[in-house]
Amino acid sequence: MKLNKVSIGLIAVAALWISSCKPKNAAQAVSGDAAQKVYVAPGQLDEFYSFVSGGFSGQVSVYGIPSGRLLKVLPVFSVDPETGYGFSEESKPMLNTSHGFVPWGDEHHLSFSQTNGDYDGRWLFANENNTPRVARLDLKTFTTKEIIEIPNSAGNHSSPFITDNSEYVIAGTRFSVPFDDENGDIPISSYAEKFSGALSFISINPESGKMAIDFQLKTPPVNYDLSHTGKGPSSGWFFFSCYNTEKAYTLLEVNASQRDKDFILAVNWKKIAEMVKAGKGRKVKTKYAHNVMDENTHTATSTIKDEVLVLDIADLKDVCYYIPCPKSPHGSDVDPSGEYIVGSGKLASLIPVFSFSKMQKAIEEKKFEGDFDGIPVLNYEAVLHGEVKKPGLGPLHTEFDANGNAYTSMFVSSEVVKWNLKTLQVIDRQPTFYSTGHLTVAGGDAKTPYGKYLVAWNKITKDRYLPTGPELTQSAQLFDITGEKMQLLLDFPTIGEPHYALMIDAKKIKDQQARIYDINKNNHPYVAKGEKEAKITREGNKVHINMTLIRSHLTPDNIEGIKVGDEVYFHLTNLEQDWDLPHGFTIKGSQNAEVLVLPGETKTIKWQPKTAGIVPFYCTDFCSALHQEMSGYVRVSPAGSSTPLQYGTGDSAPKAAK
Amino acid sequence: MGNLKNNSLKGITRIFALLGGIGLFIMIIAPIWRIELTAPQYPEGLEMTIYSYKVGGQVQIINGLNHYIGMREIHEDDFIEFKVLPYILGALGLLGVAAAIINKKWFFYTWTVLFLLFGILSMVDFYLWLYDYGHNLDPNAAIQVPGMTYQPPLIGFKQLLNFGAYSIPAIGGWIMIATGVILSGLSIYEFKFNKK
Repeated sequence: MKLNKVSIGLIAVAALWISSCKPKNAAQAVSGDAAQKVYVAPGQLDEFYSFVSGGFSGQVSVYGIPSGRLLKVLPVFSVDPETGYGFSEESKPMLNTSHGFVPWGDEHHLSFSQTNGDYDGRWLFANENNTPRVARLDLKTFTTKEIIEIPNSAGNHSSPFITDNSEYVIAGTRFSVPFDDENGDIPISSYAEKFSGALSFISINPESGKMAIDFQLKTPPVNYDLSHTGKGPSSGWFFFSCYNTEKAYTLLEVNASQRDKDFILAVNWKKIAEMVKAGKGRKVKTKYAHNVMDENTHTATSTIKDEVLVLDIADLKDVCYYIPCPKSPHGSDVDPSGEYIVGSGKLASLIPVFSFSKMQKAIEEKKFEGDFDGIPVLNYEAVLHGEVKKPGLGPLHTEFDANGNAYTSMFVSSEVVKWNLKTLQVIDRQPTFYSTGHLTVAGGDAKTPYGKYLVAWNKITKDRYLPTGPELTQSAQLFDITGEKMQLLLDFPTIGEPHYALMIDAKKIKDQQARIYDINKNNHPYVAKGEKEAKITREGNKVHINMTLIRSHLTPDNIEGIKVGDEVYFHLTNLEQDWDLPHGFTIKGSQNAEVLVLPGETKTIKWQPKTAGIVPFYCTDFCSALHQEMSGYVRVSPAGSSTPLQYGTGDSAPKAAK
Repeated sequence: MGNLKNNSLKGITRIFALLGGIGLFIMIIAPIWRIELTAPQYPEGLEMTIYSYKVGGQVQIINGLNHYIGMREIHEDDFIEFKVLPYILGALGLLGVAAAIINKKWFFYTWTVLFLLFGILSMVDFYLWLYDYGHNLDPNAAIQVPGMTYQPPLIGFKQLLNFGAYSIPAIGGWIMIATGVILSGLSIYEFKFNKK
């Protein structure tokens, strides 16, 4: 018995010892002053705006950093019943494509407009992966101003990366497909011969920001993943990561992972732009939509374009080169100096760092390993600055601080790794929870990074928050990177699935914010710039109601003479010229979303009454103390009845005949 | 000769008469009075600025808010003052310049008295308007203000329901006050000097 007790004791001690060997968990990884560093006291403002891609939500979200507070979700590629985006008559054309109205998008990456390689705070560009599109958002109003569809493409993934003076925003196709002017009714197995890649260069008007596809490059069939602009000495070049150089078309998981090295495609876009100016390229028949929101009519128009200029890179000499890059690279990132190009091969056990000056030399000395479909492949060793050895597993994406350090996300080993660009030595590694996709350093893709904070955008969440059933939020993790070691500060939940995100100094954005729309500049065809201009006009079965909204009534708020079968358009003008005073509108039984009308704006919602009766409508945004009173009635009469069209508010409301 | 000399102004008085005249010209274009409003939901504040010829600031928003308590909307066209004030100020300014040039005590005294009368009358007029707007509230308004009075202060701070109203002179108002004080002082000084 005694022996037994001893042995039980020994087993217990042994068990304790073994369990103490287990690595520390995340809770212990947070150090004491983390709370202080993320605490933005009530009434205080964050230091950075973070614009975060919304993934399969199709939208863009905006967070304050370091607090991790969600500030707003911006409707871009998906309809938004909260604001009426995609439901109001004015915004429907924004979501038009060559396939017709598309209510949803898959939004992956973002770029800020740049001046001399730094963020200038004017516009934000967002890509749509599924039905290839690029959007431009105005950072004065935080609204989507323009969407352009990308022809000859499928899966606009390597997008919307931007050149260092906002000359072009880029759209590189994820899927290679036959071009729109070629017969697409062909066997899938003819991928290698008949399919092509497309890299689109969308010019940006330096004043208005308006986009236009200047030219497309037709390339051998591969998958384009990510890209980034050159800057400083490499300004004028663009670097695209390519995978599936195996040209697989089935079971890509295996078949596109065979080669030891895929490519980063280096493109001298400045030279190509000159060739285009000189008349090179051919016009290709296609169809794509270009949608523009007019600031003064608050109305979008959609135009279908039918031609695009294409240059085949096999025909271009001395402007495109393949850099071999291990293995199925995701990130293709250029450091702030513009000298180093970092490829993050998601199946590689090292991170290659290429040198732009060595690349120039290799091109000059024609140090080629061979060619890929006629395009020269540079010698790996000749362009290599060096390799980061054993950085972790599954490197995906790299950003930079201002002190010569790089930060790479590791999906497989679930960590962020800090390393030095010159020495290529790993300085620090911190676990992430769990499996980071992209990461963001404040200003991390600009010429002058802010540094200070890093956010890891994680793909797996599991136990990080109170559970919410099988579907969980995607988790983001904020690190302080001011010290030698990275310090985990905060977890915060996100919307959709963030891929790439950006952080910009709040000062660049906050002081230029619009508070209202000037009603005097409102040129909407159905605007009512005062209650005296409120009116109803009938054109056959179409009824146009120019209605005004102001605290706390709608004009007109009594409407009679609407008939079953009518198409009723409520053109809603918010007369307020005061900050933060939207009014909303909805009507009972509406098979449409509400609309949120900002001060000085006019928005239209269509309503088709199905049965006769009294139908109330009201303001949906709690605008004032008498918000509940901000309502009205429509009298709907049967089709063909002779109820006269009468309307008014207060004294002018229609009275029953006595 | 002595009598003649006693009738003319001291150098300093002439300088201030000239400056006062110029100040009155400035008052034509500069804001004269300011009413600042703050409320819990208006941390950034609202402002109404009174000029000799117009009402500036966020009058439209203030009118919108005032409709809840049934206060009449403030419109420039309802005030004859904005049409005549610039001329009165211009005339008083010219008299000031003239006082400096003519260099006669009686003229200076007359101008000072006219100016002080103008100052007092305009403040009385301002108060009467505030009283009028603050006491003639629509009995059918959504919010019945206790006592049916909602009168902003002539000068200083007053809490009116959720709004704190702070009424203070603007540049033009300060010029008016300073000119009034200086002219009075100089008149007394000149008068005493005359006696000697």
